Amino acid sequence: MGRYLVQRLLTTVPVLLIVSVLIFSLIHVAPGDPASFMAGDEARPEQIERIRQKLGLDEPLYKQLGLYYVDIFRGDLGESVFTKFDVTELILQRLEPTVSIAVFAMLLAILISIPSGVLAAWKANSWIDRAVMVFAVFGFAIPVFWLGFNMIWLFAVKLNWFPALGYRPISDGALPWLRSMTLPAATVGIIVAALIARMTRSAMLEVLREDYIRTARAKGLGEFTVLFRHALRNASIPIVTVVGLSMAGLVSGLVITEAVFAIPGMGRLIVDGVTRRDYPIIQGTVLVITVFYVLINLAVDIGYGWLDPKIRYQ
Amino acid sequence: MKPAQERAARRSLTGAAHLRSRLTDVLRDLLSNPNMAIGFFILVAASIVAIFAPVIASRDPLDLDPYARLLSPSTEFYFGTDQLGRDTFSRTLHGARLSLKVGLFVAALTMSFGTVIGLVTGYYRTLDNIVMRFMDSLMAVPSFLLAIALVAILGASLANVVIALTVVETPRVVRLTRGSVLSLRERDFVQGAEAVGANAPRILAVHIFPNVAAPLLVQGTYIFALAILVEAGLSFLGAGVPPYIPSWGNMMGEAKTYIHLAAWLAFFPGLFLSLTVLGANLVGDGLRDKLDPRLRHTL
Repeated sequence: MGRYLVQRLLTTVPVLLIVSVLIFSLIHVAPGDPASFMAGDEARPEQIERIRQKLGLDEPLYKQLGLYYVDIFRGDLGESVFTKFDVTELILQRLEPTVSIAVFAMLLAILISIPSGVLAAWKANSWIDRAVMVFAVFGFAIPVFWLGFNMIWLFAVKLNWFPALGYRPISDGALPWLRSMTLPAATVGIIVAALIARMTRSAMLEVLREDYIRTARAKGLGEFTVLFRHALRNASIPIVTVVGLSMAGLVSGLVITEAVFAIPGMGRLIVDGVTRRDYPIIQGTVLVITVFYVLINLAVDIGYGWLDPKIRYQ
Repeated sequence: MKPAQERAARRSLTGAAHLRSRLTDVLRDLLSNPNMAIGFFILVAASIVAIFAPVIASRDPLDLDPYARLLSPSTEFYFGTDQLGRDTFSRTLHGARLSLKVGLFVAALTMSFGTVIGLVTGYYRTLDNIVMRFMDSLMAVPSFLLAIALVAILGASLANVVIALTVVETPRVVRLTRGSVLSLRERDFVQGAEAVGANAPRILAVHIFPNVAAPLLVQGTYIFALAILVEAGLSFLGAGVPPYIPSWGNMMGEAKTYIHLAAWLAFFPGLFLSLTVLGANLVGDGLRDKLDPRLRHTL
């Protein structure tokens, strides 16, 4: 396991290096001069010059790249062109709502999807199975913002059960915090659950045909033990893969959901950065989220090694 | 001929003819799979709506009417009106044009680039390492974030949305094609073609491509659906097509402010969007079951 761990960690390094160069070069893909693009249409020449110097765009490219890495390792992601705030600090401030909702959404997704996927496979071709499949197929097609709107309309406007907009930090108390997160987390969670439920069902269908399942039943084990201890454990590799893959859906879902529910998180930071053409913010947030994303995928890979010893020796 | 003989005969056909005969099979079987028939019907309906939008909706989607703002659905305005008094029905139908256009362009471009890059990198091992490292890194960035950053930098326009989505989705097609090429190039029929002196472009085009075409077609329908969904997401955030163009994403982005007053503003474009994506996904699932029965009932 130790060797496998080191091996996987080492393969992550080149990916992160290329990704960071990609994000660095984003600014140079812009048509024309990035400084004047960022300053907007009505900027004066001296404002453009100031942005150029601030971002080091007047230096040769290799020097810019070198400085970019020095800054990253010092934890310095630059400052916002628009608000002059420190990007690292902005990201840290916005971390709490995004991480809270992400964790809540993922928990909801797993709680909904795994039991329903297991149930659908166990009762294959029954009405339960069909209902789960309909949920999975629709969850795949419904845009997250539309689901969010319908949630607001039903649970906030009509029923008044939850607040429609905004986020209450955990320091305001656990109950207001949970209430403010419920609708956004459910919105993202349902979309992610659709994907995992579908995969859980198909993985379980495969496993339930195996001989060892028949053996387990034949020796008189209860259905619950057979399903959750024998079958689910063996179906877990594809399920873990999909949980890992669904992280991408989680990220895009969060960015959009934060806009729908007016939540001051990382997603809002990116969208604000995009509308104001604030490059340091765009680059900083994309970099931080990508690093998170790569690390989560690494954790998923390590999870495989733990679940299935065969993988470690390949 | 007995079915078994027929299958054997079909296997012995050349690659291209093999694909053609498989495709006619698929079309023949199209309506036998109810899910796929539903998906196909939805896509045909969406295309008719998109093509004939100006005929079906009599009002101009851009016409403002300050006296008819935020009206609820009625016989005069089937889907109500928005905050500027524009007809939501007409805008929703015109939105279909933009969505289908984005879906088709992105699917066609990603398929073309992805297939060519995948075929070449899978065949020439020297290129493989460099290109795949780059593709892996592109895939390491969450796709929606990369798309939003690219559009932000290139500028919000229809062409740039298509470019951004193509950049984001191409690596997946490359990986799929390359994976198939890697196993196919070890097969006897490819080695045989090499032995009789066929050159690389011929081997790739005549012997390898027809054998990767089926999974690529399936992937193409999923990319079509995904492109429509992501374009709507980008436009919803104000980082997609310019706001004056009637697009489902733009309409829902504007509707955000009026959710308490006029829920229909977001409801109808969202419904059309969901149905179109659902249709494409159902067709994709159906094609996959037909073209590759081994994958039936998996994801």
